[in-house]
Amino acid sequence: MHALANKRYHKAAPLLLVLALLALLTGLGAVATSQSAEATTVSASDIEDGQKLFASNCATCHGIDAQGQDGVAPSLVGVGAASVDFQVGTGRMPMQASGPQAPAKPVQFTQEEISQLAAYVASLGAGPAIPTAEQVDPELGNAAEGMELFRTNCAMCHGSIGGGGALTQGKFAPSLMETTPTHIYEAMLTGPQSMPVFNNANIDEEGKRDIIAYLVAQRDGSPGGLSLGAIGPVAEGFWAWIVGIGLLIGSTIWIGARSS
Amino acid sequence: MGAKINKAAAGTANYVDERTGVGALVKFLSRKLFPDHWSFMLGEVALYSFVVLLLSGVFITAYFEPSMTFVTYDGPLETMQGVEMSKAFESTLHMSFEVPGGLLMRQIHHWAALMFTAAIVIHMARVFFTGAFRKPREINWLVGFTLMILSLAAGFTGYSLPDDVLSGNGLRIIDGVVKSIPILGSYISYWLFGGEFPGEILIPRLFTAHILLVPGLILALVALHLFLVFLHKHTQYPGGGRTHKNVVGLPLFPVYTAKAGGFFFVVFGIIAILAALFTINPVWNYGPYDPSPVSAGTQPDWYILFVDGALRLMPGWLGGFPLEWEIAGYTLSWNILVPAVIVPGIFFGILALYPWIEAWATGDRGEKHVLDRPRNAPTRTGIGVALISFYMILALEGSNDIIANLFHLSLNDLTWTFRIAIFVVPPLLFWITKRIALGLQRKDRELVLHGHETGRIVRHEHGEYIEVHEPLDEQELWLRVNYDNITPFEAPEEFNENGVRRGGMRWKRFKARLSRFYFEDRVEPVTPAEYAEAQHHHASYAASDEGLAEAEENADADKALDEGFAQLKKD
Repeated sequence: MHALANKRYHKAAPLLLVLALLALLTGLGAVATSQSAEATTVSASDIEDGQKLFASNCATCHGIDAQGQDGVAPSLVGVGAASVDFQVGTGRMPMQASGPQAPAKPVQFTQEEISQLAAYVASLGAGPAIPTAEQVDPELGNAAEGMELFRTNCAMCHGSIGGGGALTQGKFAPSLMETTPTHIYEAMLTGPQSMPVFNNANIDEEGKRDIIAYLVAQRDGSPGGLSLGAIGPVAEGFWAWIVGIGLLIGSTIWIGARSS
Repeated sequence: MGAKINKAAAGTANYVDERTGVGALVKFLSRKLFPDHWSFMLGEVALYSFVVLLLSGVFITAYFEPSMTFVTYDGPLETMQGVEMSKAFESTLHMSFEVPGGLLMRQIHHWAALMFTAAIVIHMARVFFTGAFRKPREINWLVGFTLMILSLAAGFTGYSLPDDVLSGNGLRIIDGVVKSIPILGSYISYWLFGGEFPGEILIPRLFTAHILLVPGLILALVALHLFLVFLHKHTQYPGGGRTHKNVVGLPLFPVYTAKAGGFFFVVFGIIAILAALFTINPVWNYGPYDPSPVSAGTQPDWYILFVDGALRLMPGWLGGFPLEWEIAGYTLSWNILVPAVIVPGIFFGILALYPWIEAWATGDRGEKHVLDRPRNAPTRTGIGVALISFYMILALEGSNDIIANLFHLSLNDLTWTFRIAIFVVPPLLFWITKRIALGLQRKDRELVLHGHETGRIVRHEHGEYIEVHEPLDEQELWLRVNYDNITPFEAPEEFNENGVRRGGMRWKRFKARLSRFYFEDRVEPVTPAEYAEAQHHHASYAASDEGLAEAEENADADKALDEGFAQLKKD
């Protein structure tokens, strides 16, 4: 009678499964956060390693020779190392699922692997290179110039201080609050997804660094206190109603309750 | 020492009284009776927020320069170094970063403005849902309504003063709205801005409106509003002994004066906490006004958000037809005129005229000093909820990009959802609310007739089980039976008994239709006769009629059976 039931599972099975899942997640997390090495020089072996990585991780969509497939993924010939460093370095690529746009997610490769991939893609055709540390150093930029450039060119999508904003059909301009200066620079240079390209004829190298200086200056926090997400009057109105009016109604009830 | 002070105080009071006769007024005011309820303090919140606005406003006026003269910034703020800006924007930055306490005062002022408008809306909702606008308070409702509109004007003129990109975009939208008014629009716009937008005179004009004209009007109307409250006496919630002809409460002095005085500091304190902890209107993020950039997340303060939402909701083309017409060289922009002028106009029109609309439907000419419980006016409560939901949908659509970004939704789908919701949700909520109100009224009837369930079960001698119902006490009864039972009236016959046609039949028929709409579905309050009968049946421990009848039947059957057995035995 109980033979069938006994065969099904052991009492401890759910617990073991949960433990196994936790171990898997911790392992993945450790792998994902353990990338640090900066590879700057490109060698022939890098390109070769990059090609292998490409074949096993990217070729399904972009094609074995990175020529792209119609309606699936674009050709990567000529997109340059900057594009790869941005897309893979922010976790946008490899894409996890098709959707309105590829969101940033935990990075899938080490910095070394990313550099190898970038070297391979750069070898396919000339394209924008990864900027140097000096090009993206916020200390060298002028934040005030950056403010003017940012609000004329960027704020209509990313919001006045880069907090992010909505685009059409579920697409969005992401928040720039935690994007590294290099990735900001690369995004301007390569125009990922819905973003237009801001090449050096449009905003020159110095301008790009000014914009980075402006954005980094926003990370010190708001002089007026907590910023409520820096999304403007909607958040302020919401707080006025929920917290302000909430507290005040609470106090009217409190005062009213101690009555005659 | 104490005696000395008392003597001095009495002497001063006497000195003033002998010269002004103010003693009689103080006596009158301090003995004025007020009923007590927490919701009566919501208007106070608005008043105190306004006082906070005046106090903080005086401080920041001292540092603000309403000038559109161009200057180059040279101050402590790194991101503005060497940027060209108007004097207005520069002085706002100076006030925020160089004047001690300046930023706190600015934030207190702005948070107080948001709280002021929100408190007015909450107060207005309380007055609406309890029917406090009925005769004789219709005019005071209108005064309050005007104050609400003035608070929007005060808020909007103040929001625009720092001359930053965000508020400049708001002004640009207002300019477009004004220009959409047929024929007059462009003249009004040119007159307002002294030429083409943005011009060079707007900030000084807005400043005058913001610190003199609008607050002056608000002060005068607040005085009138409070005077009328004293004149009409305060309304009271229903309860034992409270009628349309009396006021049950405490005198203003000393309890209420102490409470109200203390409450001012509670309001001030809450606003100050908000201002100290949370950034509001960080103009240094937006930068000085320049007509070209518009950033994502550009919204007005919450109280104007519904207009922005209406504009976002409106399609530019409707089923292939453009909503922008050109007639004899003039442009008529229905796509702006409808959402930004006509819809708010109708919405505010309904709000302003509501006391009269309801008076047409009731046909009741009596003075009403006892408030309605919202359930006892199901149609009004439904209308109120529908109006609020209409407003909320517009405000949500005004925040559509924020919502889309926050919840990763499609902006386009959100807009379509709200386009449908604006027609579907308010009527649906009207119906649901009305049904809930009627249901609550039925529950009240049930309670009055049958009393509270106690959970105590009693078994009677004849076998019947009864749950004991505790009858309601007098206060509970009063609350549940003592409301106006208004029945719809019929329009008179078109022709009188002499066959002469009556005048104004269309108006009379309209009023009758309105009355039917309001009062056709209603739950009648329990009448004394019904109550007496219910009491007779439900004397708390008594067995039910059915139970007794059944018991009697059983007894009869037993008897018949016994007789049968006896007969059998005999045989």
